[in-house]
Amino acid sequence: MWTTITQIAPYAIVFTIPLLITALGGLFSERSGVVNIGLEGLMIMGAFAGAFTIFKLQAQYPNNPSVMWIGLLVAMLAGMLFSLLHAFASINLSANQVISGTAINMIAGAITIFLARNMTGSGNIHIGSFVPFNVPWLSEIPIIGPLIFTKTYWTTWLILIIVGLSSFILYKTPFGLRLRACGEHPHAAEAAGVNVKRMRYFGVMISGAFSGLGGAIIIVTYAGEFTGSVAGLGFLALASLIFGQWKPLGVLGATLFFGIASTVANVSQVIPSLAVFPPIILKVFPYVVTLIALIVFSKSSRAPKAVGEPYDSGKR
Amino acid sequence: MNNKIVVSLFAVVFGLLAGAILMLVTGHNPITGYSYLLEGGLKNPERIGNTLATATPLIFSGLSVAFAFRTGLFNIGVAGQLLFGGFCASAVGLSLDLPKALLLTLMLLAGFVGGALWAVVPGFLKAKFNVHEVVSSIMMNWIAYWTIYYAVPAYLKGEFLETESKALPDTASLKVSFLTEMFDGSYINLGLFVAVLATIIISFIINKTTFGYELKAVGHNRHAAEYSGIAVNRSIILSMAISGGIAGIGGVALYAGNASNIQIGILPSQGFDGIAVALLGANAPVGVLLSALFFGLLYSGRGFMNAMTDIPPEIADSIIAIIIYFAATSILIERLVRWLIRRKANAKSSAEHEGKVK
Repeated sequence: MWTTITQIAPYAIVFTIPLLITALGGLFSERSGVVNIGLEGLMIMGAFAGAFTIFKLQAQYPNNPSVMWIGLLVAMLAGMLFSLLHAFASINLSANQVISGTAINMIAGAITIFLARNMTGSGNIHIGSFVPFNVPWLSEIPIIGPLIFTKTYWTTWLILIIVGLSSFILYKTPFGLRLRACGEHPHAAEAAGVNVKRMRYFGVMISGAFSGLGGAIIIVTYAGEFTGSVAGLGFLALASLIFGQWKPLGVLGATLFFGIASTVANVSQVIPSLAVFPPIILKVFPYVVTLIALIVFSKSSRAPKAVGEPYDSGKR
Repeated sequence: MNNKIVVSLFAVVFGLLAGAILMLVTGHNPITGYSYLLEGGLKNPERIGNTLATATPLIFSGLSVAFAFRTGLFNIGVAGQLLFGGFCASAVGLSLDLPKALLLTLMLLAGFVGGALWAVVPGFLKAKFNVHEVVSSIMMNWIAYWTIYYAVPAYLKGEFLETESKALPDTASLKVSFLTEMFDGSYINLGLFVAVLATIIISFIINKTTFGYELKAVGHNRHAAEYSGIAVNRSIILSMAISGGIAGIGGVALYAGNASNIQIGILPSQGFDGIAVALLGANAPVGVLLSALFFGLLYSGRGFMNAMTDIPPEIADSIIAIIIYFAATSILIERLVRWLIRRKANAKSSAEHEGKVK
């Protein structure tokens, strides 16, 4: 059993990280009052921009590891820029945020493949990936070592630092307080001198940057290539956000749950102690649990009060 | 209403313009691109038939989304409902040996029930626990995806491949010889007629019945509807069930009409396109029908365009997605129209003014 767990753990963590950063991005957006169902599209855009950049740079500077990091940076920028479409529609034009987000998903899914096909013909962009490593010293620690510090990626630690920082920013800085106020009671926030529209722009742009990063991390860790989709991870991130009740630590727990559940389902056939379960049960498990969690949390939902409502400063 | 038509038309124009820009940027000629796209969809009877057939599932998914939308529900789970409805119908079609007319009726019924079943879950969760239907129906999509993924090989396995269901016999197919011959071997099928019938029925329900009025009332203002004695929770569940049922019939048209088996591992993109169709059609059944035909044309012509010009076929998806963005930001278009009208009026009045001075 223990060997099974240590075999699975690194994969579960690697799978969790893109979900985690994307859901955290969604958290900024929704806490500022804008529903962002376009996380999936923003991830795809980031994955494409990252893969494109790395592909082009690798041709010029082969074997230069910093190329990957530049790709991640470009992915963040691309996600941020692309999220402006959603921000403009939902903040300035009072569009239905769910529909605008759906449009974001459709645009990203279509245009990235369109562009990728123009580049490579098949629509796939192969780039290779980071090499996982064992953290020296720490991976020797019993129990925690094999679980957390083996076969790990630098991106994992980067994201964990971002989660910590985000938590600090949201709860301990004026910026975080203002952002949250815009999602709870924008009129009160405005009366206190906060520029609601600007804060919401920040929220959506952060979600774009984080989702873009999340999408690109998939490419540079376990996928190794861009294939035109992120297999519904953006939607799973959205579910994690609700599952985690719009709190950074809650989101960390929810995404870790999805990461473990999905990994278990994926590897169940090759690990004897898991093969006793019919695969369909394992595959469907995370989604059914989400539905149940939605019911359980429905009474005590901590959803930001003004989320999804266009802000109209003249409205009472 | 007129206003909505203008918005939709502008959205289409902007979408096509954006598509042209995309073609230009990637080094293709948009005029040849679009003319091949049109040719590919309309050149001969076969291609026209294929365009109509491509539009058929889109009509259903569009109606499905539009119907739920009238009750204020965003049914993003159409893909799963199509898949499960199609699966139920295929199971009926493969296991019963009946005369064609009877079997097809049963299959349509099975499709409706399957789709409705899949949509009732989010409807019930919304009504009883106020769970947002968007998230729950996305979960249902993935549950459908994996259920079909394992159920098809287990129960309806194809003769040659593990990844698809057994081909439906002729008696269980919506394809009929007179249509196929009329359109020179196109895969057009009876699904189109069912779709037109569904459009008429849905239009009647929404516009002419008390039930439809109640659904719309719930969509406009849930609390006011409840205050006036409408059973809001029942309306929500029924609306989702019917919406899912329509999608399920769309699944029959897709898997027992356009195709003759189910491929596993694919969530049908027609489900998500339904959102686009409904939005462009302003959630009105006739609008849905027209926009589904338009999208059908884009999808059906893109293969020919790709063969003649190397423009990737995803240009069609890109155009549709951009159209949806413009339809979603209708305020932008309304402002533009108002500005155009005002400018015209100004020009006119200043011209009159100048006339007087002379």
